[in-house]
Amino acid sequence: MALKKVRGNLERMFDKNLTDLVRGIRNNKDNEGKYIAQCIEEIKQELRQENISVKATAVAKLTYLEMLGYDISWAGFNIIEVMSCSKFTYKRIGYLASSQSFHADTELLMLTTNMIRKDLNSQNQYDAGLALSALSCFISGDLARDLANDIMTLLTSTKPYLRKKAVLMMYKVFLRFPEALKPAFPRLKEKLEDPDQGVQSAAVNVICELARKNPKNYLSLAPIFFKLMTTSTNNWMLIKIIKLFGALTPLEPRLGKKLIEPLTNLIHSTSAMSLLYECINTVIAVLISISSSLPNHNASVQLCVQKLRILIEDSDQNLKYLGLLAMSKILKTHPKTVQSHKDLIMQCLDDKDESIRLRALDLLYGMVSKKTLMEIVKKLMLHMDKAEGTLYRDELLSKIIDICSQNNYQFITNFEWYVSVLVELTRMDGSQHGQLVAHQMLDVAIRVQAIRRFAVNQMAILLENAHILTQPSSKMVDVLYAAAWICGEYATDLANPEITLLAMLGSKVNSLPNHIQSVYVQNILKILNIILKGASQEHAVQLCETICDKLPQFISSGDLEVQERASSAFQLVTLIKEEIVNENLEILNEFDMLFGGELNPVAPKAQRKVQVPEGLDLNAWINDPPSTSSAESEDEHFEDDNIPNIFLKADQEKDKKYEEPSEEDLEKIREARRLQQENNPNYLKPDNNTRKMNETDSLINNVDLLLPHSIPGLVSPDKYLTQKPKKNKVKTKTKKKKRKKSTEK
Amino acid sequence: MIKAILVFNNHGKPRLSKFYHYFAEDMQQQIIKETFQLVSKRDDNVCNFLEGGSLIGGSDYKLIYRHYATLYFVFCVDSSESELGILDLIQVFVETLDKCFENVCELDLIFHVDKVHYILNELVMGGMVLETNMNEILTRIEEQNKLEKQESGISGASSRAVSAVKSMNIPQQLKEMKLPDIPQAIKELKF
Repeated sequence: MALKKVRGNLERMFDKNLTDLVRGIRNNKDNEGKYIAQCIEEIKQELRQENISVKATAVAKLTYLEMLGYDISWAGFNIIEVMSCSKFTYKRIGYLASSQSFHADTELLMLTTNMIRKDLNSQNQYDAGLALSALSCFISGDLARDLANDIMTLLTSTKPYLRKKAVLMMYKVFLRFPEALKPAFPRLKEKLEDPDQGVQSAAVNVICELARKNPKNYLSLAPIFFKLMTTSTNNWMLIKIIKLFGALTPLEPRLGKKLIEPLTNLIHSTSAMSLLYECINTVIAVLISISSSLPNHNASVQLCVQKLRILIEDSDQNLKYLGLLAMSKILKTHPKTVQSHKDLIMQCLDDKDESIRLRALDLLYGMVSKKTLMEIVKKLMLHMDKAEGTLYRDELLSKIIDICSQNNYQFITNFEWYVSVLVELTRMDGSQHGQLVAHQMLDVAIRVQAIRRFAVNQMAILLENAHILTQPSSKMVDVLYAAAWICGEYATDLANPEITLLAMLGSKVNSLPNHIQSVYVQNILKILNIILKGASQEHAVQLCETICDKLPQFISSGDLEVQERASSAFQLVTLIKEEIVNENLEILNEFDMLFGGELNPVAPKAQRKVQVPEGLDLNAWINDPPSTSSAESEDEHFEDDNIPNIFLKADQEKDKKYEEPSEEDLEKIREARRLQQENNPNYLKPDNNTRKMNETDSLINNVDLLLPHSIPGLVSPDKYLTQKPKKNKVKTKTKKKKRKKSTEK
Repeated sequence: MIKAILVFNNHGKPRLSKFYHYFAEDMQQQIIKETFQLVSKRDDNVCNFLEGGSLIGGSDYKLIYRHYATLYFVFCVDSSESELGILDLIQVFVETLDKCFENVCELDLIFHVDKVHYILNELVMGGMVLETNMNEILTRIEEQNKLEKQESGISGASSRAVSAVKSMNIPQQLKEMKLPDIPQAIKELKF
């Protein structure tokens, strides 16, 4: 026997142990894969041997290989064999291997139930400890069901080490076998008051995890937690409890009110930053949840912000980061308080740490006011110049636009400035936000009449310098879409329409994206129209010829939209040229009519806000319905489908018999309506305040000509205008209907 | 909850990986790779928090890491954990390693990854923090090591002798004692 043992040991001299394996891998850097394959072969040999210590060594080596990415599930049987060994040394190796390679779906697990049960009930607490640690990594539903009772028994073990582990283990059991929760819960609750701090802390941990999933069920434990919070000195546990309270307060505002005081005390007294930070976070959560019922918690807000300021000012980047993170939560409910720390947040924008800069950017959104906007944006633009990495620069760009456009441009006092900012932004290479910038340009140019001339000429400059925007990597090219449209639509404001026109006909235009080319073609016509008005005959003809020369590059486009528009434009310009040559100048007026009138912006809900004048029933027939003429009824049907229910239908019934008003009646009604509109705060009046949108009756007749796609039901392909024109479309359509009725009369 | 604990060196070589959610081995390697890429490009003077990688977790998860000399210790945790608390925990982990290995360095982790696992098992269990008190942790580890020593007893003496002989590393040294390339030398003598 002794001889055999000695022989076994001698043989083992030639086996590799874990150290040898690691060393071997390090010495075979060039052919690691081959070396390891060879080692695995050896391990397979070793696993076939009787000697359990050889097997254990082999399993230890496999555990190491697993970390390097090798699948070791094939050795599952051997791992279980080593786990079941009575020696602690080997058992440890086996359990480690199992915790690394087994998972809940491992089929072999059913072989382990009794072995694990035996270990859980072992005299040696470390055997049970090993089993619990490993089981927590791979417990399956079956194991949880079969072992729940054994683990529950351990909750009352005399050894705190086992109680602690068993408490944590119960959470995993609940996850896999929810039925265990109910019977186990009273015991778990007892553990909150266990004499051992570690056990207490574990119980808090488990209940916090449970409460995260379903906070409502754990509200009843609040008093116990409250007591723990005010008596315990274990920071780790306090953090968990305070975090838990943060999750519970939204459900129970009374809890929040009770919490404020002890939390404030903790904030004052604790020296642990982690605890301080969690206290502040929970106070913030409380403040948010009770802000509606109890507005006077200014002292707490002040305290939080003060403490956060200390965190942000700290040289530790981690505290800075967390401070900013928490600050942004306060910002939502108490923006004023945060605003007073603008200086600090601006400083953070200069931080070398990108995570901190991004957090500070989030806060800036709430920092701006009319006074500070320009300064802040200037600073951000400077950052954009310096910043490396397009991701951060893109983030900056969208933030600038966010900040400026928030609340309907609430903070912008000078729109010329904003336009220049937008133009400046187009210079940013490689940005993904071209559409965003373009949208802003359109929005501002359309809505702010006062600076339209300025905007138009800025756009003209962009068009003339289009080559800068058409870098291959840049998505800024979308800006040209806005620029072309603005220049065309407001061509009267152009300083030098001819130059702009020629810029739009340049040789490189056909390399632009199709949707931009389409807009180009349409707006070339608009600009031409403006120029022709004042041009001499000779000049006009010459201009038309130039255009006819250049248009074919659009006509040969592969895109149908561009092609179609260009062909129409070509025919139109040719016709105009001929008529001018024939001195038939009436054509110019007709051409002008195509683009006459001004397109005014209308808010999405504007139409709804216009109250239907008394006596006007929009649903009543003005004339008797046409006798089933199929075409017309279909038309009618078609339109109805496309008009959302935007009119009040309340008086539909009572006004069934609608009499046509006479001309005087109509005049009276109009007058009444005008008066009513003036007194109606919901009605946006045409006034000089350019920030508001105006809506005048006079433009109704002209608008529909400007809308290229007023065919009901057809979705506009133009991504950009989707919002505004749609609104316009609805409006014009309804107006059209009205008009139709009046003409029918 | 802690989803994973990873230790790797400055080149991304894993020194310890503990996943508390199941991932297949190849996925584990990808996660380690991705995490290394995220963490390694950050300067040492920036904050230790990182929004989680795409492979592991999601928006609720954060990477919290510390960089010690040649090693990164990375914890992937969800929002139920306190950021600063986890940083402290990493510190406790490393200090415990330092006590157990006496001035721990990367080599200790390379050759004794099993022991590192045993230590970690006393700190974290199934993704939940088990113990944060270093003295308690050290006591538990020592007691278990004592158990192992008792078990090795007489038969252990021989195995210790074996490993002592092995750590002399004779076969390796023999291998590494490269004989001069005589034929080549002779050739060059050129008569």
